[in-house]
Amino acid sequence: MKRLVRLVINGDEQTVYLDTRRTLLDFLRGEAGLLGTHRGCDAGDCGACTVLLDGQPVTSCLVLAVDCEGAQVRTIEGVAQGGRLHPVQRQLIERGGIQCGFCTPGMVLSAVALLEENPRLDKAQVRQALAGNLCRCTGYAKIVEAVLAAADEIAAQAAPRIG
Amino acid sequence: MTATNVVGRRLPKLDAPDKAVGRATYGHDVRLPGMLHGRILYSAHPHARVLHVDVTRAERLPGVHAVVTAADNPPTRFGYGKDNTPLKGEVVRSLRDEVAAVAAVEPEVAEEAISLIRVDYEPLPTVFDAAAALKPGAPLVHADRGSNLVQTYRYRHGELAVGEAESDFTVEAEFELPYVAHGAIETSIVVAAFDGRGRLTLYSGTQIPFLLQRDLAEALHLDGSQIRILQTAVGGAFGRGLDIYPFEPIAALLARKSARPVRLAFSRPEEFRAAPVRQPAHVQVRAGARRDGRLTFRAVRALLDIGAYVSWGAVTPLVMMETTASLYRVPHVEFQADCVYTNNPITGAVRGYGNPQSTFFVESIMDRLAVATGIDPVQFRLQNANLPGEETAQGLRITSCGLRECLEAVAARADRRPTSDGAAPDGAAGRHLRRGIGFAATLNVGGGARIYRSDGCGAVVKVDDFGRVSLLTGSTEIGQGSETALAQIVAEVLGTSIDAVSVHNSDTDLKPWDVGVHASRTTFIAGNAAYLAALEARQQLYETASALLSAPPEELEARDGAIFARTSGASVDLGKVVRARHFREAGQIVVGEGWYDPPTQLVDKETYKGNISAAYGFGAQMAEVEVDTETGRVRVLRLVCANDVGRAINPMAVEGQIEGGAQMGLGYALTEELLVRDGDVLNPDFLDYRLFTAADMPEIETIIVETSDPEGPFGAKGVGEMGGTPTAAAIANAVFDAVGLRLTRLPMTPERVLAALDAQRSQGSV
Repeated sequence: MKRLVRLVINGDEQTVYLDTRRTLLDFLRGEAGLLGTHRGCDAGDCGACTVLLDGQPVTSCLVLAVDCEGAQVRTIEGVAQGGRLHPVQRQLIERGGIQCGFCTPGMVLSAVALLEENPRLDKAQVRQALAGNLCRCTGYAKIVEAVLAAADEIAAQAAPRIG
Repeated sequence: MTATNVVGRRLPKLDAPDKAVGRATYGHDVRLPGMLHGRILYSAHPHARVLHVDVTRAERLPGVHAVVTAADNPPTRFGYGKDNTPLKGEVVRSLRDEVAAVAAVEPEVAEEAISLIRVDYEPLPTVFDAAAALKPGAPLVHADRGSNLVQTYRYRHGELAVGEAESDFTVEAEFELPYVAHGAIETSIVVAAFDGRGRLTLYSGTQIPFLLQRDLAEALHLDGSQIRILQTAVGGAFGRGLDIYPFEPIAALLARKSARPVRLAFSRPEEFRAAPVRQPAHVQVRAGARRDGRLTFRAVRALLDIGAYVSWGAVTPLVMMETTASLYRVPHVEFQADCVYTNNPITGAVRGYGNPQSTFFVESIMDRLAVATGIDPVQFRLQNANLPGEETAQGLRITSCGLRECLEAVAARADRRPTSDGAAPDGAAGRHLRRGIGFAATLNVGGGARIYRSDGCGAVVKVDDFGRVSLLTGSTEIGQGSETALAQIVAEVLGTSIDAVSVHNSDTDLKPWDVGVHASRTTFIAGNAAYLAALEARQQLYETASALLSAPPEELEARDGAIFARTSGASVDLGKVVRARHFREAGQIVVGEGWYDPPTQLVDKETYKGNISAAYGFGAQMAEVEVDTETGRVRVLRLVCANDVGRAINPMAVEGQIEGGAQMGLGYALTEELLVRDGDVLNPDFLDYRLFTAADMPEIETIIVETSDPEGPFGAKGVGEMGGTPTAAAIANAVFDAVGLRLTRLPMTPERVLAALDAQRSQGSV
């Protein structure tokens, strides 16, 4: 069965006619052509397909596209704004948090959601927030370091200026 | 150490900016016009005769473009042991054996078509245990071979009896090692497409593009020149791509039959079931030492289940015997490993390739010997440590060697020394939480590993008329950062910034030959090749610049993107030099070439002696653990890793290799085990096959020890595998320090630790 669904992908409103069984991940990688969202397990275990649904991280392999009616979907393609990298992306690049990079998009979105909620974080909170995103290359150390550095950057920008 | 500008710097990976925004093209992202989706039908039995395969219903399903069975196989066998075929038509030997495959317009259609194929089997007797497989009368996995014994490796130096007689202390133990998966986050994927002239292009995440060309040609009955391998961005490899596996020729057979490009992507359960795994082993070890702490002998007997077909899993004893014979100075050594066929999953190369296994048993035994002699475990290791300039009895010519420095560095991070009775002082954590520390060291090839007649790599460096530098290297980027390290080497030689260098490493039609990305060899081997090519290009630039600057070539130096005359200080930028060279009568291009094949030997076929690598890497780890005596849970609080990498071309990337290796080592020690029962994988998902997550990781401290190897590019040695090889032993030794238990079976799960604690408690109460 197919149904008409209205989604907002990275700020771009789209109305699509979709099979009701189609997952958000299949739609993103298929009709939407957004290949930055990766498929690692199709079971919600690895986190590679993490996107933000109304600001909340979800594993898009476990979400039906038709359930996203009216929702704001943010993928890795919508994280950098106007060619400007998000601090998380820039810090991951500069601090060696990317090796094969397959987990990176999901990792970035989990981190972005975390920092948008609260940029004042300690290491344990970052580790916990990223526990749903598996990485086989880096041992996570440089990813956690990058997210903390990005958090500092954002917190510093948000801090009221004195004088 | 030479002063450098680009080498030695913590530079971001060249491919990181695209990966950070989701723009890199992985195998899963390849989309070709008209591309079909392939699916494989696997065997329903671990061992059976295939009586009949009926594909008529599948072929009739709308949307299906091709169905292939063994009838489509070319008349050749492939694989390391020449015992495999793409599809199995007579006998299936494991549950991951391919029986048929389809290509259809959508994955769902392919899946449905698979369900419509009917196969009649006659089940055959099975064998799932390596020891049972060697018994007389055991079912034969390959009936034509007459035995399940694939190969026996025997190595010795010295006289074991002499070593035993000289021993004041002898210890022995048996170790049980599990199946482990690569756990790459991207599953295996291949896209096969024939062009109008009948030439095959394979989009692949392989680690051996040039050997795959040859192997695939053999499997498909084509000529190697008819195959082009295009390597995509790779979502993790770790040894998975070190051999040809049936899905690759199957994709090509489907593409040929359908006359359309075919994509064959594994699902995650399929990845756990059908991709090669680290082989399980049962190992008996005996070793001795004198009262003064000198080692006397080491004897190892290993039994390896390689599965139903021979792949690189059957060759890991070469590495196991290296650790056994050459990690520390041991005068008398005997090693034997039997590789055995069973109806279990196929085993292949996994990062460290035999070394996590052997380092676990060798370093566990070293710890026991230290306790037996009453010598501090670090001191005991230092006393027997390999030294720079030493040739081991096995014939390894150790050049640079920082083993001592590594051991001292990790020991310096410990706040105390391990106890000799496993009764570490109680921490503040509480009576049921006991802390301990443990040490282990490692030796790994760091200057290539000659397992093929060539261990070489080629490189071409071109400088263009804008001064941009292109490196064509045979070596592949698999996420580890090799292209960045190679670009650093080239930029250093040519005096440019790294931003002036592009690396081209993905197309067999363009890049020169390389044996493959394995054995921690790329920085060393491909690095030397790139270095030589850059030197030649620089020489050409000097020739032309010499005329432009009116200075002899030996007066010139390349820096800041230009050629400078030392005395006058005059300079001319690279683009201008190249233009001057091009646009003249009898003009020339600037292209340097380099081929590096290290001065090493294939090991002798009888004795297994010889210098397999041009340099050796060393490392040591210190683990601090907390054992919960009520639950059996082992928590690693801290892991300190020191590695002798010769020289770190990119320290940030080196740390990344060590930290990532440690993540795999931690899993090997504590959580990762592919549960295989009756040939079937019981936990083919990331929920039940547990990788360490960000929340599980201990604090990791990495220490880079630089010894500057004389043969390495700018002194560098390989580091790709050592991060995880000593981890399990360091943790097991820490568990002993905490609670006095010697755990010999991996992973050390809470159930196993608790059972051992219970046994210890009941023994204590008797």
